[in-house]
Amino acid sequence: MLENYFPVLMFIAVGLVLGGVLLAVGRILAPHKPDPKKLSPYECGFEAFEDARMKFDVRYYLVAILFILFDLEIAFLFPWAVVIPDIGFFGYAAMMVFLAILVVGFVYEWKKGALEWE
Amino acid sequence: MSASDLPILLPAYGEILLLVLASAILLVDLFLPERLRGLTHWLSLATLAACFVLTVQVVRATGGQAAYTFGGMFVADLMANVLKLVVYAAVAAVLVYSRRYLAERGMLRGEFFVLALFATLGMAVMISANHMLALYLGLELMSLCVYSMVALNRDSATSTEAAMKYFVLGALASGLLLYGMSMLYGATGTLDLTQMAQVIAVGQVNGVVLVFGLVFVVAGLSFKLGVVPFHMWIPDVYHGAPNAMTLFISTAPKLAAFAMAVRMLVNGLIDLAGDWQQMLVVMAVLSMALGNFAAIAQTNIKRMLAYSTISHMGFMLLGLLAGVVGGNRFSAPDAYSAAMFYTVVYVLMSLGSFGMVLALSRAGFEAEELDDYRGLNQRDPWLAFLMLLLMFALAGVPPTVGFYAKLAVIDAVIKAGQIWLAVVAVLLSLVGAFYYLRVVKLMYFDEPRDAGPIAPGRDVRWLLSANGLAMLVLGVMPGSLMALCLVAVQGLYPLAR
Repeated sequence: MLENYFPVLMFIAVGLVLGGVLLAVGRILAPHKPDPKKLSPYECGFEAFEDARMKFDVRYYLVAILFILFDLEIAFLFPWAVVIPDIGFFGYAAMMVFLAILVVGFVYEWKKGALEWE
Repeated sequence: MSASDLPILLPAYGEILLLVLASAILLVDLFLPERLRGLTHWLSLATLAACFVLTVQVVRATGGQAAYTFGGMFVADLMANVLKLVVYAAVAAVLVYSRRYLAERGMLRGEFFVLALFATLGMAVMISANHMLALYLGLELMSLCVYSMVALNRDSATSTEAAMKYFVLGALASGLLLYGMSMLYGATGTLDLTQMAQVIAVGQVNGVVLVFGLVFVVAGLSFKLGVVPFHMWIPDVYHGAPNAMTLFISTAPKLAAFAMAVRMLVNGLIDLAGDWQQMLVVMAVLSMALGNFAAIAQTNIKRMLAYSTISHMGFMLLGLLAGVVGGNRFSAPDAYSAAMFYTVVYVLMSLGSFGMVLALSRAGFEAEELDDYRGLNQRDPWLAFLMLLLMFALAGVPPTVGFYAKLAVIDAVIKAGQIWLAVVAVLLSLVGAFYYLRVVKLMYFDEPRDAGPIAPGRDVRWLLSANGLAMLVLGVMPGSLMALCLVAVQGLYPLAR
């Protein structure tokens, strides 16, 4: 029972070692010239520490939502691509229908100007 | 790879056509020049008509038998097809009623039609679902479209507030529903409703987990139906949404919610009827009481009809809870067909009464206060007469069809031996009669306050006449519709044997 978890232990060990090694290598080999800009925390173009209730462009939402949509589409494609020999024509056709529906949405958003920033 | 491993698509032809045409309308509307935008309206109506005809053909091809596809996830039995036909007709009527209202308020855009069609698709999937996930998928497709329809008038603070409330509470309800589904899956090991019924019938299931899941599923269900104690969103959403959207959400989605209740509780969980019937008793009585008493206090007709919806959905639940008596399903077809008849009739009544609100409105005037109906008889006797028929039907006055709908349900309740419940239902309906008859009194015995023109288009006037007179015609001859509901319910899987 317990030995079933051995790969997990290996995974944790390798993860710890690899993480430590990479940090150490960076510390030893990389040039080390800090300046204030480099040391400040970075967060997607916003100031990291300020009032959360500030105004920002509503277009971020649009871009974020569209990104998530098409990102998820890709996430669906990966498992589909792995099993495509087993799922036959039906599996293939189902994904094509799914993509066709997404294309309809894509044409709509493009034509409506959702992809234009200005 | 070959085409032979495709599932048989025949049972889902209507939905496939609807999806293709709705997507096509979305694209066509994008590329239409501004002066041809009216075309979208006609294309949407043609789409619904085509789906209607195709569904009739599917019934012909399957001979009214239950046909399964997509690995048993999707079923086209007679109940599904009949309800879908009513949904297509109801949505088409909504489009006709709301055309002028939307045009006067600058909301007659392609998005409205496309959202309405996709919501219809969601309802059709819900109605035909034989699997919890298919049911959920249809529900979300419908709900997301409806949320955005409520918010379509972006500049109105009340619409946005209504949409926000609807969305938050709807998301909560979906969460409850999903949680309940996961419990049921944990107890039975399947999400397929037919298999679930079989597993439960065998009896080796953890009863506590099962009932726990059932409670959550019923809670989610009653959110969607809008019955007490999960009714809070109904008055605010009905009131805040633009009238055309109120018309939409008060009609076709009720059929879908009814189908969802039947699929879950009857198709999947009929062996737990002893448990869920008790819950429905409480919700039905509370809904009828709260709906009818709160409606009396309203001065806004949309809010009044919203509370009336709550009480009517409570009444419909009476039919659902009278099916199984002491483990005996002998009277189930009668009870469930009474509930189905009630729902279909309620949708017709709601269509007419909100259609009237739209017909009386004009640019800058919503016709949503009760005072706006004072003296309608002097201003337009025919419309006043139609409204009288609709209000009588809602109140359940013979010879309108509302009476027979109530009679059938109460008959089923008495046959189930719940005399006290029948008495409560009749008494609370009597309370409800007050506020419906008050509208009639305002129309016929008061002086008009509003002197603006009443100018519904000719198409609206014809449709409204047909809708109002249907109350009378169906009331005199309810037999064929009742028989259809009975046959449809008898075809349900657990009752067919």
